[in-house]
Amino acid sequence: MRTTGIQELLKSRSLLFCDGAWGTIFQSAGLKPGESSELWNRDKRKKVLEVAQSYVDLGVDMIETNSFGGNRITLAGSGLENDAAELNRIAAEISREAAGDKCLVLGSVGPTGKILMMGDVSENEMYDAFAEQVHALKQGGADAICIETMTALDEAELAVKAAVENTDLEIVCTFTFAKTVGGDYKTVMGVTPAQMAEKMLSAGASIIGTNCGNGIEAMIPVVKAFRSFNEDVPLLVQANAGVPKIENGKTVFPETPDEMVSHVPDLIDAGVSIIGGCCGTTPAHIIAIMINNGIIPAL
Amino acid sequence: MADLKKLNESIISGDLDTSVQITKEALAEKTDPQEIIQKYMIPAMDVIGGKFERNEVFVPELLMAARAMKGSLDLIRPLLAERGIEPQGRVIIGTVKGDLHDIGKNLVASMLEGSGFEVDNLGVDVPSDKIVAAVQSKKIDIVALSALLTTTMPSMKGVIEALKEAGVRDKVKVIVGGPAVTQEFCDQIGADGYSENANGAVDLVRKLLAS
Repeated sequence: MRTTGIQELLKSRSLLFCDGAWGTIFQSAGLKPGESSELWNRDKRKKVLEVAQSYVDLGVDMIETNSFGGNRITLAGSGLENDAAELNRIAAEISREAAGDKCLVLGSVGPTGKILMMGDVSENEMYDAFAEQVHALKQGGADAICIETMTALDEAELAVKAAVENTDLEIVCTFTFAKTVGGDYKTVMGVTPAQMAEKMLSAGASIIGTNCGNGIEAMIPVVKAFRSFNEDVPLLVQANAGVPKIENGKTVFPETPDEMVSHVPDLIDAGVSIIGGCCGTTPAHIIAIMINNGIIPAL
Repeated sequence: MADLKKLNESIISGDLDTSVQITKEALAEKTDPQEIIQKYMIPAMDVIGGKFERNEVFVPELLMAARAMKGSLDLIRPLLAERGIEPQGRVIIGTVKGDLHDIGKNLVASMLEGSGFEVDNLGVDVPSDKIVAAVQSKKIDIVALSALLTTTMPSMKGVIEALKEAGVRDKVKVIVGGPAVTQEFCDQIGADGYSENANGAVDLVRKLLAS
């Protein structure tokens, strides 16, 4: 049954699940270096739908859309800036088709790859790019907007603002943190989890969290930092399967489903609300976590 | 008298206007441009680079410092050229074919430029033949290659192969960097050096040029 949203679901269940990676699965399926994965929404719709379906079939509560690099600033790198609206709309339509009424669709919005303070793009250009993207994702049927892998407060704030002002959807926002020499966690731009939480919540995000990074274990202290700032806000964690290595010419992510599962109890203790995966994770990782938490019976 | 100590401080704190102002004053007073660079400006970049490496400052502070440094350098460079003073070394830098990520690469470029090297930034998605052509056509000491994606890291090896094929591999040192790049990977593909971060890249280039 389709619900009204993530916060609604969290009223009856304390732990929700979302999908794992898409991009790294596309790479295994033949996405070439430099090729825009968003272009696959139009040109290889069936392959994108297969990935979406593989996560829906696990019984997760929400899946994302294949639109991470779908803002016109990033797409301009592949000469696709004028296709931005179309590619995002189709991205949401594909996920909606796979999800049906069984799970929620989170429209994925990644960073532009530009730093505002460098002046390569203006605040207005960045805002407009995000506004176009979130509008198209809503048009295609997204239930929520997931602004993810952010590191800079100013850029993420513009993205959240664009989602607030151009859609009526729930807004999720995640940042990517790394351990500093001093042992605490900050983004490459120097932002702490508490700073991020304060700014994004006041900008209009209702769910915050962290993604990508250096594997699931490193997410535990970040969740603790969020929780010490705010006890109640729903927290999403999408860890990658560790830092990738190249072995015999192939990209290998070191963390197996079992290794990921082993850290989940600590993540739950720390106060996570929604668990999913980032780069290198597969349906096998997500299903292992769900089985381990009694969401679905072991085979 | 121009307050050169303050020039040093204003670069560290990323104060472009003050850096430019003091540099103008110093040059008007006929201060030796080499001395301004060597004694006050490059040490400032070393300080901010060290802070960055120790996570005392982050990307924004490093970029601000690099911008202040560049503002001053732009005033001084023409004078150095007039006097026929050579840069400390010549670097070409680019993100390899298939990879469109440019933040990390630009950070390294700024740090190298701020440390006195001449840097030609070739941008992103740079094909091997463009790098080979650059090495063939002008004096280059260092080729710096960046890749964010594991799927594009093999293109770094491609550049080294292309340099070999063109018979110019020995003319340059090749350095590599990116989040998933390691020393092991660097050794495997036959590159000359790897650095974990932008500040380390400066030390690496100095070391390679001294060897």
